[in-house]
Amino acid sequence: MSPQEPMSIKNIRNFSIIAHIDHGKSTLADRLLEFTGALSSREKQDQFLDKMDLERERGITIKAQTVRLSYTADDGNEYILNLIDTPGHVDFTYEVSRSLAACEGGLLVVDASQGVEAQTLANVYLALDNNLEVFPVLNKIDLPAAEPERVKEEIEEIIGIDAHDAVLASAKEGIGTKDILEEIVRKIPAPSGNPDAQLKALLFDSWYDQYQGVIILVRIFDGTLKKGDKILLMSTNRTYEALKVGVFAPFMREVQSLTAGEVGFVIAGIKEVADAKVGDTVTHSLTHSTKPCSQALAGFKEVKPMVFSGLYPIDTSQYEQLRDALAKLKLNDSSFTYEPETSIALGFGFRCGFLGLLHMEIIQERLEREFNLDLITTAPTVVYRIHKTDGEMIEIESAARMPEPQHIDFIEEPFILAHIHVPNEFVGPVLALCEEKRGVQREIKYLTTTRVMIIYELPLNEIVLDFYDRLKSISKGYASLDYEHLDYRASELIRMNILINGETVDALSLIIHRDKAYFRGRELVSKMKELIPRQMFEVAIQAAIGNKVIARETVKALRKDVLAKCYGGDISRKRKLLEKQKEGKKRMKNVGNVELPQEAFLAILKVEE
Amino acid sequence: MRASLYLHIPFCRQKCSYCDFNSFDSPTIPVREYVSRLLREMAATAERFAPVSVPTVYFGGGTPSLLPTGLLTGLLVSAAQAFELESDAEITLEANPGTVTLESLGAYLDAGVNRLSVGIQSLDDRELAILGRIHTADQGARAIALARSAGFANIGLDLMHSLPGQTLAGWRETLSRAVDLGVEHISAYALSIEDGTPLAAAVDRGDILPVDPDLSAEMFEYTADFLVSAGYEYYEVSNFARPGRRSRHNQVYWQRGSYLGFGAGAHSFLNDRGWGVRWENPPDLAEYAASFGGAEHPLSREDAMAEFFFLGLRMLEGVDLSSFAAEFGEAAENLYADAMESCLAEGVLQRRGDMLALTRRGLLLANRVLARFI
Repeated sequence: MSPQEPMSIKNIRNFSIIAHIDHGKSTLADRLLEFTGALSSREKQDQFLDKMDLERERGITIKAQTVRLSYTADDGNEYILNLIDTPGHVDFTYEVSRSLAACEGGLLVVDASQGVEAQTLANVYLALDNNLEVFPVLNKIDLPAAEPERVKEEIEEIIGIDAHDAVLASAKEGIGTKDILEEIVRKIPAPSGNPDAQLKALLFDSWYDQYQGVIILVRIFDGTLKKGDKILLMSTNRTYEALKVGVFAPFMREVQSLTAGEVGFVIAGIKEVADAKVGDTVTHSLTHSTKPCSQALAGFKEVKPMVFSGLYPIDTSQYEQLRDALAKLKLNDSSFTYEPETSIALGFGFRCGFLGLLHMEIIQERLEREFNLDLITTAPTVVYRIHKTDGEMIEIESAARMPEPQHIDFIEEPFILAHIHVPNEFVGPVLALCEEKRGVQREIKYLTTTRVMIIYELPLNEIVLDFYDRLKSISKGYASLDYEHLDYRASELIRMNILINGETVDALSLIIHRDKAYFRGRELVSKMKELIPRQMFEVAIQAAIGNKVIARETVKALRKDVLAKCYGGDISRKRKLLEKQKEGKKRMKNVGNVELPQEAFLAILKVEE
Repeated sequence: MRASLYLHIPFCRQKCSYCDFNSFDSPTIPVREYVSRLLREMAATAERFAPVSVPTVYFGGGTPSLLPTGLLTGLLVSAAQAFELESDAEITLEANPGTVTLESLGAYLDAGVNRLSVGIQSLDDRELAILGRIHTADQGARAIALARSAGFANIGLDLMHSLPGQTLAGWRETLSRAVDLGVEHISAYALSIEDGTPLAAAVDRGDILPVDPDLSAEMFEYTADFLVSAGYEYYEVSNFARPGRRSRHNQVYWQRGSYLGFGAGAHSFLNDRGWGVRWENPPDLAEYAASFGGAEHPLSREDAMAEFFFLGLRMLEGVDLSSFAAEFGEAAENLYADAMESCLAEGVLQRRGDMLALTRRGLLLANRVLARFI
């Protein structure tokens, strides 16, 4: 069959792989690509779908990718299998939900020794909410620790889907690949839709390509999208011409049209990813021969950043470079925001908004790695609503912008609903942590005799500090966390300032709960004392609320730093040592005449309670 | 051309626990082969640069005093043939107290060695054991006395402070006894624990507690006060000398004089071409045996300017800014405005006329100060 010719809708299967990080999703995707001949061994590169280096290193998927596979099943028919990859982290839940909305089914990949994790669970529920047919695959079946029977039972108990004939696979060893393909054909329903109806397609991913502009991925629910069609994006109400239409198989291949049930890409001269919003509906524009559809697909929402931090170049001359780098990243990631911000201590920088902490780390790492920037990152914060005495409400995402206390009527902070999935022996410590973090308990569910789901309402500002790290450490890594945003609630919040040698360093100011101020203040300055290296003079670190100093520590002056010996005229060695010292200095930010390392700005994340 | 000579003798009876210098303590060391290699290297170098007039010669190690006296004499005689030793040339030999006898010391003197640098390191047997030295405190003191009776008029000794477990009182005692030995020169180094040494491993295991940095600073300061009051000139970060008895050889390094290094891993510097050229022999014995002379690294003007400061400022009299301007054609005050102003303001550098020098506080923080000139 020629690739130009649309295949019968009955022979299409759109599916995604739902898996916890590390449970082998990318490797499994690689096996499917190989087995169906989409990827020759020459082209093979481990984790084909995870394109960015960072994704490959961290073993996570940041941007969803999609691949079209051709497979001739045991029934003798040829099928088109569209593998729609989903990002694998809590920060990208909305993207995941849209990717799932483009599918009829999903493979639930569970590590045969580790069992079901909270993140998997969250995505399985998302899939079931989207009416997907989900069937389980037990991966890493070759490992000695594999316990397929126990894990099957767990899947049935926790998720409530039939697991007795789950596929046993080892993506690493290539075991079970064909069984999976057969199950996809047999269990996942073919898409429905009318190729002759008005065009209705879901935009489920978009990214910026420096040669072709914005590329969007669409799932056609009804109608047919042909090359040259005038299309309309319903949320922005903008029209474009479909200059190129095609599929990834796995490399880009143009086709004449995409029709109901199919998945593919469209290049339409869209300038920015911000104009190609995930979840948007694509239809024909009014000028087209078929009319636009009257109703957009359900579920579209604007994704808003929830976590904010300041990014400042250590070397102030890198400001322009940082601005250009942010603009470049933004081209490809409309969910992150930035705007110029000035700090008295740090100079010119940007206040950036992220979907969550992982998203923040990824952006920072890319800036440092891909753009060669040395940055200072301030402690993450959330958006607070300040209700002023004059009735005005302002949203602030930086402590430095908090108005004077006499102008504040009350403050609200965002709350989230956290699902924490944990083996029962860690229930006690997890409850203690949630209580300490000002949580409100909703429910404790025993999913099995050994697995517990703890549901808490928690203030997001506690989550963005050290909640996740603490959760991992008290549960020896076994707990997993998933959360959704709830609402804003009034809280007793105050601004705490940090003074270095008597000067308030605005970039270190924090908004914290009044009850925690004294404790946190003391802990923070003592942690900073550990993190700020001794300098040629004494450094005083103080925490203050208003004019009242609540804690003070001193970093004693460094008295001695001298290389004793320079042996036998070996100058290079001495020079290297001095250069190393100078290099270390470059990683520090001068605030007044004090050199502060990056860690000092994130000291609040290291405060243990 | 005028250049000092450095001859590296990389053999030890036993490697010290803190040592990360290029030295070897295998009993099967091919000493004779090594010396013959040294002789050939000297001859080849002399031929290349002749004539070379030599103000100082330094036998360093390793343990040069392990060399059979005949081989040492042979090296010096050959050096004198290949190069033109100046009549007042300073010829120093490093000696380990555990390796010298009255006879060997006399032989060194006869061969032309006129300055002895004795590595006694400590006068406390417990400390010597931690350092992995092969001699006792008594042997250290006796070596000095032997050298004196053999006829050495210019003797220096090396000491180390900031040793694990050392107290300020203990260091005072060591210093005072060292002064009583009546030597012309004292080098007092703070122990630095270098990666890859047995001492570093002991610290990592927690067997040994490194000294508190503030105590180390106090020892450093006490050393300067005490030795100056005992009549020694404080002339370099870690070096003290009776008037007229500074180590001329070591000053060549700090003042960017030319030197030719011979032996495995030896470094050379010639200041008379471009902004100067440095090179290094292969440190490995077998590699050195196969080929001496490493790739030459010509210095850039910036390299040379940085060296001017980070080497010269180790001397207490400091660097002469007028000679900087003469050499580099531009005032240091312009090129290093930030570094100079901040250091002067912070009281770590001082200026007297054209001389720019570390203050006492700056001496202890020398790395911080010098790094600003890199």
